Amino acid sequence: MHHVVLERWSRGRSVLHRRDARAKTLALLVFLVVLATSYGPLAALSGVYFALLLSALLLARLPVAGALARSALVLPFSVAFAAVSLLAGDAPRAAALLSKSYLSALAVLILISTTPLPQLLRGLEQIGVPHFLLMVAQFLYRYLFVISEEAQHMRVAALSRGASVRGMAARRARFRAAAGALAVLFARSYARAGGIHRAMLSRGFQGRFHLLAAPRFGWADAAFLLLAALLPAAARGFLGGWRP
Amino acid sequence: MHIPDGFLAAPVWASLDVAAVPAVGYLVRRAQRGFEESRAPLLGVMGAFVFAAQMINFPVGIGTSGHLVGGALLALTLGPASAGVVMTAILAIQALVFQDGGVLALGANVTNMALCGVLAGYLPFHFWGNGPWRRFSFFLGGVLSVLASAVLALAQLLLSGIRMPGSVLGLSLGLFAVSAVLEGLITLTVVGALETLNPGFIRQATAGHSRALGLLGTVAVALAVFGVLIASRDPDGIWKLAGSLGIAGRAQALLPTPLADYQVGFLQSPWLRRAAGGLAGLGLIFGACVLFGRLVSKSRSA
Amino acid sequence: MTPLITVRDLHFRYDDGTAALNGVNFDLFPGETVALLGANGSGKTTFVLHLNGLLAGSGSIEVCGMPLTKATLPRVRQKIGLVFQDSETQLFMPTVLEDVAFGPLNLGLDPHAAVDRAMHALELTGMSGEAHKAPYHLSAGEKKRVAIAGILAMQPEILILDEPTTFLDPPAQRSLIELLHSLPQAKIVVTHDTSFAAALSSRAVFFQKGVVAAEGDVTGLVRRFAWNSPVTTSR
Repeated sequence: MHHVVLERWSRGRSVLHRRDARAKTLALLVFLVVLATSYGPLAALSGVYFALLLSALLLARLPVAGALARSALVLPFSVAFAAVSLLAGDAPRAAALLSKSYLSALAVLILISTTPLPQLLRGLEQIGVPHFLLMVAQFLYRYLFVISEEAQHMRVAALSRGASVRGMAARRARFRAAAGALAVLFARSYARAGGIHRAMLSRGFQGRFHLLAAPRFGWADAAFLLLAALLPAAARGFLGGWRP
Repeated sequence: MHIPDGFLAAPVWASLDVAAVPAVGYLVRRAQRGFEESRAPLLGVMGAFVFAAQMINFPVGIGTSGHLVGGALLALTLGPASAGVVMTAILAIQALVFQDGGVLALGANVTNMALCGVLAGYLPFHFWGNGPWRRFSFFLGGVLSVLASAVLALAQLLLSGIRMPGSVLGLSLGLFAVSAVLEGLITLTVVGALETLNPGFIRQATAGHSRALGLLGTVAVALAVFGVLIASRDPDGIWKLAGSLGIAGRAQALLPTPLADYQVGFLQSPWLRRAAGGLAGLGLIFGACVLFGRLVSKSRSA
Repeated sequence: MTPLITVRDLHFRYDDGTAALNGVNFDLFPGETVALLGANGSGKTTFVLHLNGLLAGSGSIEVCGMPLTKATLPRVRQKIGLVFQDSETQLFMPTVLEDVAFGPLNLGLDPHAAVDRAMHALELTGMSGEAHKAPYHLSAGEKKRVAIAGILAMQPEILILDEPTTFLDPPAQRSLIELLHSLPQAKIVVTHDTSFAAALSSRAVFFQKGVVAAEGDVTGLVRRFAWNSPVTTSR
């Protein structure tokens, strides 16, 4: 599964892996904003941005081909809209949609494959994202594996029911079977959440999550952020100009 | 429909990011009320449930199938504020871990699915959840939540200058309608199955919820209707509308477009001022909604 | 010797009206390991959930000399470590270390002290090498060890284990027995696994219809209630 691979990648030890999550998150945001507001010579700019991302991939010692292929997950959506834009006679936009969405996805992928999610969420908290929301996201990610496995079982159960009937009645039977499977999955998830809450209470939880020591934002992180922000901005300024 | 980065014009994603931040902050505080952080595991696990629910297919016919989107179902079971928090967390994880939906476009996707989608999904239940229309309100909630999300997304894309031939536009609206009806049916059937399992899963429509949410839901539906109006107009109309709202700015600079005259007019006045005006306007409208909603809920609880 | 846990006349009814406990009396003494046997639905798990206040019925419970009340609840929960049946539910934090440090942090330890405690507990259970792993990537046996470490980090005086051998293969079960033998705390083990119970416990209590039907040594109770597993009978 996609996220299992990314999680394995995120446990690396490269220079990029060691940077503070805040530095990487802010660098990503700068890159995305520069990319989103880029105009002018699209091919040249895209080439430079791609080269920057590629060097980040190499720096992080990530499998280049694998990372490039995984970022292409965004392409089906982009291709559909590029085709629509072509139909409407807007070829430059079609090209821009494809390149911008792909480069953005690649940039996000580099962040998530060099930063384990818990660290990333911690960094987001230090930046100011509400703690409760991040805890929800953390539990979601933690139990994604577990509930997905249960869903897989339910899916098989739902498929095997109503398989013997044909026609309209079969469709209705399968619809009901799927709804029943979802309801059971819902109930199990709900019960699991209750169990987790009990486990938390019995280990002294009193309503608030306490955190381990916060990571430090060092000079290397500052230097990385500065460099990662300046390079794409400089490319855009040099090739495209800042004036609208 | 999760919008990736690179699709929306800067004023569109930026203003929606700015609008989504306080909205999510408000939802987070509301969802925590009385529970501190004790509900984090429940909301997280239910988010994982919605994620995993995508694996279970519902037959549509002609060999195709659909799956649950979940906004309405979550609103009916966890309440709209918690459902909004769960959907926000889902969208964030999808954007970060699965490259499904953009990071800059997160504000747009959160607005469409976690705010408007959830509120639109809750609205029918809010009004008719206790009467003879109860079951219909489950169905309608599912329909409205998907319709609101999809139409808003389409409107944002069109506002950003993505041009669609009329036939494509019609086709996508048709597809939205089909998936909306499917979501309605799924929500209705699953809620029915849940009520036989344990009636406690579905919230009571009477106790303890404020008019503020009803109001916000109405705003969500109004926004969706507004989106339909935009979407059904021709592109020139969209540009005029965008121009008068002051948020067309950067979209024009994004790429050379056929609407050169507009661009020239635009160069004469600094885009920043217009964009800032648009942002401020959206922020004001939003702030007014939140403030009004809170006043209403306070006066009711007092 | 004064008992660590004293339970007198404990009654409990679920919301749906099912009577789960009908007057349970129970004592746990320092250093002993008591196995709770009995059919599904006989009240074993319901009973242990009362011991650290996760459920509240009528009757009296005293833990380490403290009557169990709302005021003593935090201290009681520190004294009694409850290891749940499903480790997946118990290990809810993103990494092993954070999970084991969860309890100490709730006790008010500063982050450094909490990490020290957590690492010590992980060493006791032989899991210190996996501190930075995600729980999802561990085997069932390793998950159980981490779950126990999470409890040990609270420095409890009593361990309660609910069906600890579920999901474990025989080698993992054996090493769990060794681990539990090495821990000095008094223990209550809820289990269907009679050979596990016999290997571990000094005494057994048999639950039936929400009351303690009999106590004694494991083999005696197994014979009296014909409670051995079908595999051993057929041999």
